[in-house]
Amino acid sequence: MNRVSTVGGPLLEVENLTVSFPGRRGDLRAVNGVSYSLYPQQTLAIVGESGSGKTVSCRALMGLLPPAAVVAGSARFQGAELLGLTDDEMRRHRGTNIAMVFQDPSRSLNPTMKVGNQIAEAVRVHRRVSKAEAREQAIELLRLVHIPVPGQRFHEYPHQLSGGMRQRIMIAIALACRPKLLIADEATTALDVTTQAQIMDLLLELRAELGMTLMLISHDLGLARSCADEVIVMYAGQIVEQASTPQLFTRVRMPYTQALLEAIPRLERPAHSPLPVIGGRPPDLSALPAGCSFAPRCRRAADDCRTTPPPLAEHEPGHRWACWHPIDTGVA
Amino acid sequence: MTSGAEPLLSVRDLVQEFVVRDYGGVKGGVVNAVSGVSFNVWPGETLGIVGETGSGKSTLARSVLQAPRPKKGTVTFRGTDLVTLSGSRLLQARRHLQMVFQDPFGSLDPKWKVRDLVAEPLIAYRVGDRAARRHRVDQVLELVGLDPAAHGGRRPRELSGGQAQRVAIARALAIEPAMIICDEPVSSLDVLIQAQVLNLFEQLRAELGLSYLFIAHDLALVKQVSDRVAVMYLGKLAEVGPGEAVYRQPLHPYTRALLDSVPGAATARAATTIRGEPPSPIHPPSGCRFRTRCPRAEQRCADEEPAMRELATGHSVACHFPLVPVAEVTVRSEQKIGETP
Repeated sequence: MNRVSTVGGPLLEVENLTVSFPGRRGDLRAVNGVSYSLYPQQTLAIVGESGSGKTVSCRALMGLLPPAAVVAGSARFQGAELLGLTDDEMRRHRGTNIAMVFQDPSRSLNPTMKVGNQIAEAVRVHRRVSKAEAREQAIELLRLVHIPVPGQRFHEYPHQLSGGMRQRIMIAIALACRPKLLIADEATTALDVTTQAQIMDLLLELRAELGMTLMLISHDLGLARSCADEVIVMYAGQIVEQASTPQLFTRVRMPYTQALLEAIPRLERPAHSPLPVIGGRPPDLSALPAGCSFAPRCRRAADDCRTTPPPLAEHEPGHRWACWHPIDTGVA
Repeated sequence: MTSGAEPLLSVRDLVQEFVVRDYGGVKGGVVNAVSGVSFNVWPGETLGIVGETGSGKSTLARSVLQAPRPKKGTVTFRGTDLVTLSGSRLLQARRHLQMVFQDPFGSLDPKWKVRDLVAEPLIAYRVGDRAARRHRVDQVLELVGLDPAAHGGRRPRELSGGQAQRVAIARALAIEPAMIICDEPVSSLDVLIQAQVLNLFEQLRAELGLSYLFIAHDLALVKQVSDRVAVMYLGKLAEVGPGEAVYRQPLHPYTRALLDSVPGAATARAATTIRGEPPSPIHPPSGCRFRTRCPRAEQRCADEEPAMRELATGHSVACHFPLVPVAEVTVRSEQKIGETP
């Protein structure tokens, strides 16, 4: 962790990213002005509940949104703009610059094709190599993601593999062209805890070995805490708090982040103790409140919260939050 | 809590097997889903069962409900062995044993209104007349935190995930069960909604004196709501004990591995993360089923199946080489007995 260099500028710079889906009842604003920078070899976690815009904001970078989506803002990968590219232009970034691993490996893999061939196909799509060479590289990739007896596994079909193995295959496909940035979208959510721990260890190991940058999209703050250098918390399409992992978890400022942290059942808590909860639900994305989108559920909300949305600003070095009445952590 | 009266639910040597045929390159055979599981649940108690995918925890829940019927063993609920009953007698015996599933949208008919969904079990068991049922529906909807006027007329798709799960809970509560079996009841919900539903389970337990068999894969979640926790691995119970003891002083190496795998856990993630994946339940390892992944396994683990033995008060483990030396635990349990009047 923390071998992050800010020298040489960010790998990815997202500025004022907005994604909306036009609908009969008005536009649904899935992502609402998101800005952040990602530096080489960083591990960034984007955390939020379902509908917070974490997945949509990342799919927008890859050009993977349905045609109905209206995307605005800017996202520069090593200075080159990603938004508004044609499919052909985008294809040059996908795989070689940015690759993605999704939640459900059984739905992303072709059930009628040997897993080895699926990896070899990914190699051949991006590089001009012979079939035999692609096959060799595929076996090498299987070895890289620690699949035992890769020569034999090459010839198996997805249904013959366990969930953890399939996710390793997905990672192998994503790594086929040694991407600079790997986005893992809830990549371990469908897996058991022991398998999840193995896959996370693998991702972090590969990051170090290949000098990759890692972006973890997750609903799990615990996962972010144990794996990421930097954490972004999203709510209703906006970033509400961002800090380095140690800073965020010791000095939470945004009431929403705190509510999330408190609501997680922890092993240290005594049994049957009521979990601190907040009422209500995330707002309707097609009718966002005028002020802070969390204000209707917030215990600390005052009049200004309901009228004026708080800007996301760097209030402390390396710690951004969007709140008029942040929690006083008592640390100067 | 464990002393005194008869257990509400007593499961003895429960076995459930399924026959699968070969497909693709996967070999068929007999899946040993549950292999000789025994436990008690006492009145007003919550027993949590934690295990990974394929550990047989959901099969266990369904076998308790006789759906499908277990291959071997007894399931004594309120003094009656459910395995020997069938037809209307089983239905009547099962009335006080209800279930809440993981996906509320999968268990609620999308065409029905909330009010009718909750009234269905009342009609099935012929409880009261129309007016009495209506009153009861309002009562349970309020109990689970829904407004009968606002939500009663809605259909499942007009509800959020949390609300739909509340309807599923209301349905289970309508006929006043003594026990609810919850199979991953909050796994499909977001953290904040999950906390609300967990608190609801606790509130209902306190108000109605319910017992739960609470099944989930998340150890922290199970511990939060349970008096005792049972850890299941490949169709067998590895460890049973008071929640706090299982967390503070796990006896089974598998429990230790589960605790260490929890992301963000207080215990630093050490090299104790177990390697590999659970073996196939079609060909479970001989002896101890965890031995193929266990860092402490020895020849004895392959030759001899470890029996469940109580090492501390109410804390049992099925392991030849538990994590805490037997002598130490005995001393501790004696001290504990000495302290209590």
